[in-house]
Amino acid sequence: MKYRVLYFASLRDRAGIDAEQVESRAGDARGLYTELRARHGFALGEDRLRVAINGAFASWEQPLHDGDEVVFIPPVSGG
Amino acid sequence: MFRLSETPIDAVELARELAHTRAGACVTFEGWVRDHNEGRAVLRLGYQAYVPLALAEGERILAEARAKFVVVEAACVHRVGTLEIGELAVWVGVSAAHRGAAFDACRYVIDEVKRRVPIWKNEHYADGESGWLHPDNTPVE
Repeated sequence: MKYRVLYFASLRDRAGIDAEQVESRAGDARGLYTELRARHGFALGEDRLRVAINGAFASWEQPLHDGDEVVFIPPVSGG
Repeated sequence: MFRLSETPIDAVELARELAHTRAGACVTFEGWVRDHNEGRAVLRLGYQAYVPLALAEGERILAEARAKFVVVEAACVHRVGTLEIGELAVWVGVSAAHRGAAFDACRYVIDEVKRRVPIWKNEHYADGESGWLHPDNTPVE
C-alpha cells in the first residue's frame, strides 16, 4: 500500500525531507515506523512518539488504508 | 478561537475581542522568547507546526476550558516560523464574570497547549548549534 508520511522537528531534520510517499506492506503505524526508523536512522523510539492518521490522533494499532496520511509526532514543545 | 500566525501577534487587538458586558475579569498570558535556556545562550527560535492537527487540538483545548470554567471568551494564538529574542511567541486570553475562572481557564489553556498541541521549538544557540526541544528539555539530534 502507499502512504503519505509527513515529518516534523527532529524527524524532519534526520530524514532530510518534509514528506514522502511510502510503498509499504505494513498494515499499521507501528510496522510503518519500524521500517522508516531503520531507513532514516531516527533516534526517537516509538515510546516517545504519538501517531496521527489523516489529521487526527490515532493508536499505533489502527489499521492503515491505501492513501492514508501518517504523521509520527515527536514530543511537542510549543509555548 | 485558536490560530497559528506567521506574523507578529497584536496582543492589544486580541484582548479587545474578549470584551463583553457580562465580563468582569480579563486574564491574558504572554509567552516571550528569552535569551537563554538550560544555561545556554539562545539567539532566536524557530517554531514548526503540524497545522491541521494543531488547529484542531487547540480548538479542543479552548472548548474544554469553556466546559470546565465559567468563562465568557477564550482565545489563543501561537506563532510559527522564526522568532527573535523578546518576541511574543504565544498569547492566551480569557474573559469571565469573575477573576477566579479567568485565571484558572488561562492557566489551563497554556498548560494544555504546551503539553498537547503539535508545535515544536528549535533553539538556535550562540555557539552556532541548534536543537529541537522536547518535554525533558533535551535536544534530539
